[in-house]
Amino acid sequence: MDGKEITAEENQSLLEAARENGIDIPTICFHEATTANALCRICVVEVEGMRVLQPACIVKAANQMKVQTRSERVIRSRRAILEMLASTIDLSESPEIQKMMQEYGADANRFPGAERRESEVRDDNPMYVRDYSKCLLCWRCVQVCADDAQYTFAINFSGRGFETQIGTFYDRAIPETSCVLCGQCVAVCPTGALKPKREFLLEQGMTPQQIGVLNSGRKKRK
Amino acid sequence: MSEIDLSPLKPAIESYIPLGRSGLLPALHAAQKIYGWLPREVAAEVAKTLRVPLADVHGVIEFYALFYNEPVGRKIIRVCTDPACALKGADGLLDHLCKHYGVDPGGTTPDLTLTIEQSPCLGLCEHAPAALVDNCAETNISPDYRSFDTCTPRSLVYGTIRELTGNCGNSTTTLEKYGEYAAYKKALTMTPDEVIAETDKASGLVGRGGAAFPTGIKWGSAAKIQSDQKYIVCNADESEPGTFKDRVLLMDDPHRIIEGMCITAYAIGADKGYIYIRGEYPYIVPVLENVLEEARAAGYLGKHFDVEIRVGAGAYICGEETALFESIEGKRGFPRVKPPFPTTSGLFGKPTVINNVETLCNLPLIISKGSVEYRKLGTEMSPGPKLFCVSGDVEKPGLYEVPFGVTLRELLNLAGGMRFDFAQHEVRPEQSRRTELKAVLFGGAAGAFATAEHLDVKLTFEDLRAVGLPLGSGVVMVFDETRDLRDVLKRLGKFFAHESCGKCYPCQLGTQRQMEILNRLAAGDFREGDSARLQDVGWTMTDASLCGLGQTAGSAVLSAMKLFPELFVER
Repeated sequence: MDGKEITAEENQSLLEAARENGIDIPTICFHEATTANALCRICVVEVEGMRVLQPACIVKAANQMKVQTRSERVIRSRRAILEMLASTIDLSESPEIQKMMQEYGADANRFPGAERRESEVRDDNPMYVRDYSKCLLCWRCVQVCADDAQYTFAINFSGRGFETQIGTFYDRAIPETSCVLCGQCVAVCPTGALKPKREFLLEQGMTPQQIGVLNSGRKKRK
Repeated sequence: MSEIDLSPLKPAIESYIPLGRSGLLPALHAAQKIYGWLPREVAAEVAKTLRVPLADVHGVIEFYALFYNEPVGRKIIRVCTDPACALKGADGLLDHLCKHYGVDPGGTTPDLTLTIEQSPCLGLCEHAPAALVDNCAETNISPDYRSFDTCTPRSLVYGTIRELTGNCGNSTTTLEKYGEYAAYKKALTMTPDEVIAETDKASGLVGRGGAAFPTGIKWGSAAKIQSDQKYIVCNADESEPGTFKDRVLLMDDPHRIIEGMCITAYAIGADKGYIYIRGEYPYIVPVLENVLEEARAAGYLGKHFDVEIRVGAGAYICGEETALFESIEGKRGFPRVKPPFPTTSGLFGKPTVINNVETLCNLPLIISKGSVEYRKLGTEMSPGPKLFCVSGDVEKPGLYEVPFGVTLRELLNLAGGMRFDFAQHEVRPEQSRRTELKAVLFGGAAGAFATAEHLDVKLTFEDLRAVGLPLGSGVVMVFDETRDLRDVLKRLGKFFAHESCGKCYPCQLGTQRQMEILNRLAAGDFREGDSARLQDVGWTMTDASLCGLGQTAGSAVLSAMKLFPELFVER
């Protein structure tokens, strides 16, 4: 890997092998707790003998494999993906991606006049708000809501291609879905698209006391 | 809104209950047939009946262009506006229709009688301009929509040989006309290994769907695996812009396809097959249903092997083999990560051999003739006959069967050469001249451009590869000097942005950015750095996308940048 001989365990991904050996491969959609789908392609690397770049998160390390993690092709792809992301969604609450953009010299304004994925903040339940202008479609929320964790199946996708968005059955409000407010989707969201309601209200300028008043209407079991 | 009567829905979808989630697309088709669209209550009932989560059902409806979750007209006219139809005035036709009925493209009349949509390629390119009107193909439509051919597109089959297309042009849709499955019977006298050997290196058959993967290797690896269940899938999701060969084969010689599937099933030891046909070919479905019934009655199907038809719902990506599996399984057509490959873990996670329609049609030929005889056609590296879909500015667009190895020039000559300049032809026919060739789009939207310089290139996998052209699915779309290639590129850009599934970032974002830039260029709005942007987007999609769609979504644009750099800068 990058000219350095490394050893990997059987069935270990290139990403894991790299990290164990101090080689940094960036990731966006990857999360230890969810099934890796190789969506974001930020972790692509050049493997000798392969026609196209390979996603390090799922490709297994193999004997004698020759891998370049920072070749010209790799850097071009990473930079272009970051530039396209920045021209599409609101990355203001994604410091890791902003850092990545700096590292790869990605220009957030590379695509003048590009259509952005904008949507209204959805504030329809007591636990969390959804701001899909910040969503980069890592799929983690859908996965934990389904068979990666909770088996609730409250959310899925709407649209397709660039117009894909996370959505509920016929856009129903969260309380009208099978959502059990477990909060796992919020926990795995990398960009602040899903946010605890309390955090959201604090950002809106409400004080903890005011939020407390909002909650005071609740009945307490005696 | 009036209450929706769910009583007709139950009997219509009951038969899909045993299929579980895999019955979702058939059930949604059946539901939409009753209600015209898929109201929330109907979708919820389908979900409950098949025990699929509500959000997942909605996700599926949203994915497929032919499913509607809001009211549409009782009649739907889908006008193809992809390149081949655009050359023949599709935009004007669409404009005329929209003005006449007072709706915008994609719009519905207030009384819900009619919806008019733009459609991606309908596979009717040799009859351009074309439209799909409900379940009918309307072709060779006049600009004022006064005259057109309707219902079953005529087969225009030409070329120098008729090995694959011997039955095409005269609707060989009955067993009586087709005759017995002689090649299948012959295969049954051989061992499965012998059948595989004959198909493998002996015949040199490679897939005709676009990827050119050796058929025998697929078979061999699926045959080796021990499994309680194996599947054969016929990929009839022909959707590559400019491609219509499979439509002709499906329409005119469907028994040959089933015979090819029977041979495949015997070779690898499968007892279940699927034909996945694109939703834009609804008029072929009854033909296939009838053929399957005949084959069952004759004993070819039913005992050891049977075939089920699945109808797509408007998604080019479902031509990608793993996305097609997902679609049969009742899911959004997201391509899977490979490996595992279909031969080890395909449909429902079982070993699966998936072949294109034309590939399957080669099998009866190989088995009945023997591979030695088969190899007398074509070249050493590209043996056999090949179908080319010739469209655009030639005198005789149509399906051409030739042996591999004819040159592009020879093929275009067979197609009557470049078209005559029509405007001049009307005024002074004696002075009418042929237009000049400007570009040929090879292999479809996912292909690359060629120019007059390539006229003497032999049409084989090896010769085309040597000059950087893909054979793809056999598309040869011809553009003459009068054509605006920026407009062609704009349409290709739109096609990919419309058809990207949205799974991986390079394609989801790249097809959109590519389309935006190509739209600007076509409108004459050039900006500093556009070429570099297109290069970065194109190469990122090519290098880093998850599946074949994204990996080829920049191919035509990148080839145009090489051949016609002037298109990308302001003059």
